[in-house]
Amino acid sequence: MAIASGAIVLLILLFLIWETLPILQIIGLARFFNDPAWHPTSEEFNLVPMLWGTLFVTVGSILIATPIGILSAVFCHYYAPKAIANLYRRAIELLAGIPSVVYGFWGLVVLVPIIGRIHPPGPSLLTGILILTLMILPTITLVADASLASVPSEYLRGCASCGLGRWATVRGVVFPAAKSGLITGVILATGRAIGETMAVLMVCGNVVQTPKDIFEPVRTLTANIALEMAYAVGNHRAALFVTGLVLMVMIIALVIAAELLNKGHIYEQ
Amino acid sequence: MTKQITTNTGNPPSIQTDQLSLFYARKSAFKDVTLSIKSGSITALIGPSGCGKTSFLTCLNRLTELTPNCQISGRILLGDQNLQTLNVISLRRRVGMLFQKPNPFPLSIIRNIEFPLREHGVRNREEIDHIIEVALQDVGLWDEVKDRLKTPALSLSGGQQQRLCLARAIALKPDVLLMDEPCSALDPLSSEVVEDLITKLRLKYTVIVVTHNLAQAKRIADHVAVFWFQDGAGKLIESGSVAQIFESPQHTLTAAYVTGRTG
Amino acid sequence: MKYKTPYPELLSTAIIWAIAASVTGALLWLLSDVFWHGMSQVNWEFLTQSPSNAGREGGIAPIIVSTALIVGVCLVVSIPLGVGTAVLIAEFAANKSILGRLVRLSLDVLAGVPSIVFGLFGNAFFCKTLGMGFSILSGGLTLACMVLPILIRSTQEGFRAVPDDYRRSAAALGVSRIATLWELLLPAAMPGVAVGLLLGLGRAIAETAALIFTSGYVDRMPESLWDSGRSLSVHIYDLAMNVSGGEANAYASALVLVSFLVLINSAISWLAQRFRQSKILVV
Ligand SMILES: Nc1ncnc2c1ncn2[C@@H]1O[C@H](COP(=O)(O)OP(=O)(O)OP(=O)(O)O)[C@@H](O)[C@H]1O
Ligand SMILES: [Mg+2]
Repeated sequence: MAIASGAIVLLILLFLIWETLPILQIIGLARFFNDPAWHPTSEEFNLVPMLWGTLFVTVGSILIATPIGILSAVFCHYYAPKAIANLYRRAIELLAGIPSVVYGFWGLVVLVPIIGRIHPPGPSLLTGILILTLMILPTITLVADASLASVPSEYLRGCASCGLGRWATVRGVVFPAAKSGLITGVILATGRAIGETMAVLMVCGNVVQTPKDIFEPVRTLTANIALEMAYAVGNHRAALFVTGLVLMVMIIALVIAAELLNKGHIYEQ
Repeated sequence: MTKQITTNTGNPPSIQTDQLSLFYARKSAFKDVTLSIKSGSITALIGPSGCGKTSFLTCLNRLTELTPNCQISGRILLGDQNLQTLNVISLRRRVGMLFQKPNPFPLSIIRNIEFPLREHGVRNREEIDHIIEVALQDVGLWDEVKDRLKTPALSLSGGQQQRLCLARAIALKPDVLLMDEPCSALDPLSSEVVEDLITKLRLKYTVIVVTHNLAQAKRIADHVAVFWFQDGAGKLIESGSVAQIFESPQHTLTAAYVTGRTG
Repeated sequence: MKYKTPYPELLSTAIIWAIAASVTGALLWLLSDVFWHGMSQVNWEFLTQSPSNAGREGGIAPIIVSTALIVGVCLVVSIPLGVGTAVLIAEFAANKSILGRLVRLSLDVLAGVPSIVFGLFGNAFFCKTLGMGFSILSGGLTLACMVLPILIRSTQEGFRAVPDDYRRSAAALGVSRIATLWELLLPAAMPGVAVGLLLGLGRAIAETAALIFTSGYVDRMPESLWDSGRSLSVHIYDLAMNVSGGEANAYASALVLVSFLVLINSAISWLAQRFRQSKILVV
């Protein structure tokens, strides 16, 4: 049974490969990057726009959520009075507990119209980034919170005895001391952002195109699967499994990166 | 090589505590300490473990504020100013502290000194380098580390770390230095360097040193204050000049302690 | 000399408080929006009637039942498997061994696998290869794979709260390993298992992407585990994206879902707090 989890990972990979093997043998991996477009029913399988979609949404939300998340943890530890810090932690935990379909729904009915008023159409890269920011924020905050808690108090006393203010202490000593934990949180959040499906699916517009600005609709790899899986057959279905395989490779790369960085297990806080 | 000494304004303040008491939650650490410390003097705090010496020191730079539920009552005068009303940041810059356990920052050796300096507005590269070199020379660390200033401070030995912390404190040119058993992690040779330095600080700094080493107290201090644990709290049982405490102690406990019969 | 707080200190304090305020604001905005719009719809009829007119009207009774069944299957399968794995890892596999390391690494990967990929896997394995089709069983088993790492991890946390002394003194008394496990470790690890169970429950109830093409869309009352059943989250998705005019009932379903999750969430914090306290007492 100890192998159960390893077995499941292997099983997942096995099935992804099993389902994709026929198409990979016939048309090869290269066509998923070179084909003129994504028209799976007429045998055109270009995944590049979706790759860009996933990349932009992920990078955008990480760029916003990282400072907000880390500073939120800093707020809990060094700025807020104890009672407020505890309330704020509860709020972050709540944020973490809200299901992605609710984020997506709220984004769809509240955020999309607002963005649409600023710059039509509304469902866009920007909306996706904003919703995703909110969703991965708790991951970054909670991991950062834990790693700030393990900064030895001697450092803080040392800083205080040198007459350093809060911000100087945080920037100069706390961040370097907690660096690996903070990075781990960001890597975890990146994984979540890459894999997020429902919220992105509901607010991004899902047009297959490489976006030229943040107000254009995009489709991510995950949305691609969710949208077309219901009716896909044959090569089309296999192409969607290739999409899943690409996602899986990304996640494994991230986990290995984190393992190398941390020499420990990363999904543990 | 002539040793330079990091200098400050050269006009250190006196310190006067008045009925000072400190509580951790409801537990009393020390009670009713009234002590006056002359400007530019070196005062040694001695007494058995747990009688509140460290706690007393932390009142003088208001580090007590970092401990939740820690409360103090009474009054502290720094020069002629009430210490509680001063801005805490500028107070702590004026009152440097060295801890019992060395606590360098997890940064490089040079950044350990440079970073607090920069935060206090010293931006000129040459000036910073000069201050760092002088401070490290003062604590006898320069020759040992001058070739590896960029290596992590945590890779230094315990004694070296402690001297780095001392250099960090004096680089900021405080008026008052609080030292909590500064030599307890040092070998005899580096202890001597630090002792030497402390005596050189006389007149320019007001220095308060906690020490368990009575010989050391005798060598370096002008005044001695004896703390004792009595009636569930630390008390100041006696204070006076070195000669007074070591040659003609008034209190029987002091007499026993300095002659090594108890404590 | 009057002291002036440096500019970066003031600025950072202002920014940090502003960030905390806006994050709280966003949360309150979302919650209050769902609450106000949902509140006007949710009532007894809504919870006990079947949906009609593609879900625009009627209630969500069959959907709640399907959700409960899917989550039930998930937990019944994953709890013994998860706790068992954790026991084996903690007690019998040397942590430093290559095998232990591989198991941990694969747990990390498993925890990071996007839910949509679980969906693909479930579709290929449970629905097709094992021939279960679009069914509650397929969905529940897919979710079980998903929550397994969560369960394993928090059970392990629970074990870690048991000091090695217990084990050593038990061994010194000549108590067998199995008995030690049963009498000493499992009870001590219970809070960890409970937290893991709640976390897994939360994750399972919230899940959508893995269910769309494993347990399917059918919104009738399921008659057996082999029937397709629509979960609450899939229902919200469908109403929001595919049914024009489904917004009101989507709000109501979202309120029901969020309420469940807030409850679970509160239970977790409560337990975790007790867990932490007992940890301090033990160590
Ligand atoms: N943060 C704290 N919380 C609660 N009690 C504390 C704290 N720090 C110190 N104390 C208690 O206050 C009393 C005085 O401690 P303090 O550290 O001032 O003693 P000390 O004289 O410096 O001893 P030593 O010579 O061993 O360093 C002790 O009983 C100690 O247990
Ligand atoms: Mg002490």
